[in-house]
Amino acid sequence: MTPHALDALLRVDRPAFRLDLALTAAPGEVIALLGPNGAGKSTALRALAGLLPLTTGHLRLDGTTLEDPAAGLHTPAENRPVGVVFQDYLLFPHLSALDNVAFGLRCRGLGRKPSRAEALPWLERMGLADHAHTKPGALSGGQAQRVALARALAVRPRLLLLDEPLAALDARTRLDVRAQLRRHLAEFEAVAVLVTHDPLDAMVLADRLVVIEDGQQVQSGTPAEIARHPRTDYIARLVGLNLYQGLADGLTVTLSDGPSLATTDGLTGPVFVAFPPSAVTLHRSRPDSSARNVWELKVSGLDLHGDQVRVDLTGELPLAADLTPAAAADLDLAPGSTVWATVKAAQTHAYPA
Amino acid sequence: MTQPQPPAGPAPTALRLRGRARRRAQRVPYALLLPALLGLTFLVLPLAGLLIRAPWSTLSQQLSSSQVWDALRLSLVCATAATGLSLLLGVPLAWLLARTEFPGRRIVRALVTLPLVLPPVVGGVALLLVLGRNGIVGRWLDAAFGITLPFHTSGVVIAEAFVAMPFLVISVEGALRAADPRYEEAAATLGASRLTAFRRVTLPLIAPGIGAGAVLAWARALGEFGATITFAGNFPGQTQTMPLAVYLAMETDPEAAIALSLVLLAVSVAVLAGLRERWMSAP
Amino acid sequence: MTTTARRTAVAAAAALALAGGLAACSSSSTPAASGSSVSAAASSKVTGTVTVFAASSLQGTFTALGKKFEAANPGVKVTFNFGGSSALAQSINSGAPADVFAAASPATMKTVTDAKGATTSTVFVRNTLEIAVPKGNPKHIAVLKDLAGAGLKVALCAKEVPCGAAAVTALNAAGVKLTPVTLEQDVKSALTKVELGEVDASLVYKTDVQADAAKISGVDFPEAAKAVNDYPIAALTKAPNSAGAAAFTAYILSPEGRQVLTAAGFQAP
Repeated sequence: MTPHALDALLRVDRPAFRLDLALTAAPGEVIALLGPNGAGKSTALRALAGLLPLTTGHLRLDGTTLEDPAAGLHTPAENRPVGVVFQDYLLFPHLSALDNVAFGLRCRGLGRKPSRAEALPWLERMGLADHAHTKPGALSGGQAQRVALARALAVRPRLLLLDEPLAALDARTRLDVRAQLRRHLAEFEAVAVLVTHDPLDAMVLADRLVVIEDGQQVQSGTPAEIARHPRTDYIARLVGLNLYQGLADGLTVTLSDGPSLATTDGLTGPVFVAFPPSAVTLHRSRPDSSARNVWELKVSGLDLHGDQVRVDLTGELPLAADLTPAAAADLDLAPGSTVWATVKAAQTHAYPA
Repeated sequence: MTQPQPPAGPAPTALRLRGRARRRAQRVPYALLLPALLGLTFLVLPLAGLLIRAPWSTLSQQLSSSQVWDALRLSLVCATAATGLSLLLGVPLAWLLARTEFPGRRIVRALVTLPLVLPPVVGGVALLLVLGRNGIVGRWLDAAFGITLPFHTSGVVIAEAFVAMPFLVISVEGALRAADPRYEEAAATLGASRLTAFRRVTLPLIAPGIGAGAVLAWARALGEFGATITFAGNFPGQTQTMPLAVYLAMETDPEAAIALSLVLLAVSVAVLAGLRERWMSAP
Repeated sequence: MTTTARRTAVAAAAALALAGGLAACSSSSTPAASGSSVSAAASSKVTGTVTVFAASSLQGTFTALGKKFEAANPGVKVTFNFGGSSALAQSINSGAPADVFAAASPATMKTVTDAKGATTSTVFVRNTLEIAVPKGNPKHIAVLKDLAGAGLKVALCAKEVPCGAAAVTALNAAGVKLTPVTLEQDVKSALTKVELGEVDASLVYKTDVQADAAKISGVDFPEAAKAVNDYPIAALTKAPNSAGAAAFTAYILSPEGRQVLTAAGFQAP
């Protein structure tokens, strides 16, 4: 195994919050920190950047220790080989795009002219050479994002941090910028850590996802692994799955609070069972089908989701179901109405917990 | 004030709101309009009085004495120097108050604004007690460097800066608090030391606030009377600024005093109007 | 016309005559002799508030005299407005509701009489200049010429105020050319500069030196005689309380008033 380019144990104690996260990465690896708001993603990023001191733990980059509270070592942000792309970019409004990119080079002692000369190719790589003398206020969101990326990359960081890099963009721009960002990250030879609450961004951009909730890692793995085997409600909702935990005995999984589910994966012991909302069928009255997974549930909410209606159901097995608007109209669904839900055993997926 | 612009694209709702606000401006409620107009009258009427009672026919004669122009020159030079001194010391002080945490910061801020409420004459006496020939610091300055500030033009600058600097500090501190400190963080991640970040990022960001503060301080320094006459004394060409000349002229020759006041008014209106264009283009 | 009102008017006329030094029509010999009797007579007739505008150099003595006058005339209240004579004259001419004006120079009083603010005025005391030096006279100043010595810092009053005008007269009389470091706006400011040690000497009134004897020493000089300041007092024609104005003016001119004033360093005219 190659030595870790990034080896961090981030522990930050705040009055009502605690971050405790171990992060390692190989050179060239892109890691996405994924989690709900308030999970500690930004805290982790700030700690990596040196904007927030660690309470305990350590941070090593390419074998150099940057921070070790036990040894009284804290390298301030300006002395770390770290580049940051902030959520709203924080381009200096009084400097042109070129001078924004040249800023870091000038701070490293380069003169005005050489730093501009070195900054220009970065703008060219971003396709922004024409906007070198534009002030940030006159740049579009996508352009500003690329200037911010160029600014962070120009100092040749050994660790690139991106805080919600696409959150400030509208849907149309987002697609383009995401594709470009993916290309730039793929070219980047050192470690990149990006923070996002958008699973799609995370899955497209990152080699590995680290899901954090309440300051702790709850799951980590490749995007495909996580999508297939979510381990918390949060991830399951993100990837659009109904997820339950229970005890398997062959083809039956007994959930901790009573009901049981029929599956086709023969397992024993603690397991997760997941199925997509599209696998759920709803009926006005108790169906006569052979399906063994049948529950009488109450509609708690209806939501138009693309060209599908997402129905939230409560009862002995809370679940989400997707159906066409026509089907929803036929069933005459309304919050409070009672329906029968069936799920074919073949469409569930059980895996060891 | 320069606020971080939301990088998101156009915001149609904001535009629409602004349009509505403009339309609403035509229907000002009388409860606001009436006191506003009264306030305006209250401020402008005395100035109008000066203009009406001004000895226009003898004005050129009144202003022909070189003492008038000496006093005006001294006023402008000293107010500008006092503003410079306030900038040099006041901007870092404002930064300290806005951007750092230290015990007793609230008390320090209160102390900084104290000259605002202190009667200027008391300020002048206080300056004498510290920087005067027998003052705590002044004695040492005199013995070590042969510097005596009272009765010297530098004393006028000191007195004016003492009274004017709080205006600058308050204005700049407000600008700093309104400015997003994350720009300084962004600069730090790019390798800027705190000083570099302050010089190359924060200062340009708060330039309008500094400009506004400097204009306020300059205006206050230009009109300074109490602290100046108490600390620096009154001698033509040396320490006699326009307000002092006006006060003394008032003793014997009110017409001369009015003429002098008109000159001071005209010059300050010209300078303030010019600076406002330059610095405070926003509202 | 009621009896009281008529009697008040008569008394006021009498007092005004006294104030103008025109007491000859009465059988009393001198103003000084009749002063106390008028004061006593006024005690039964004067009422209300008497507003006195007086030069700042009179602050100590007039405050004391005001108390005595109030004691002698129950029900009367004396309020003072002390300030630079010229500034006071300006406000009187602008219509300030004053009853009595006591100025530190006849020239200042003249601006009021010229504007018909008073018909006549009487000089009640004179004040002379003295060199004020810090207690103990550390620079050993003996004569006016010493003030022109090299390295000596001197504060004078601005020539626009009476003490400054007097200083110019005295210096001219002595033929001393002197560049002060500051021209103060009134005599008290000039004295304060000496007291704080910011200047080595100042030309101020004898009465001011005497009032601050704990910290200031005075040096007499012969040329002071050439720059004597006369202090005139006048009951004002537009006085809201003309009876009170007359009575207070008379009281200042009375032997009792003069005694308090000379004790403070003023000279009798």
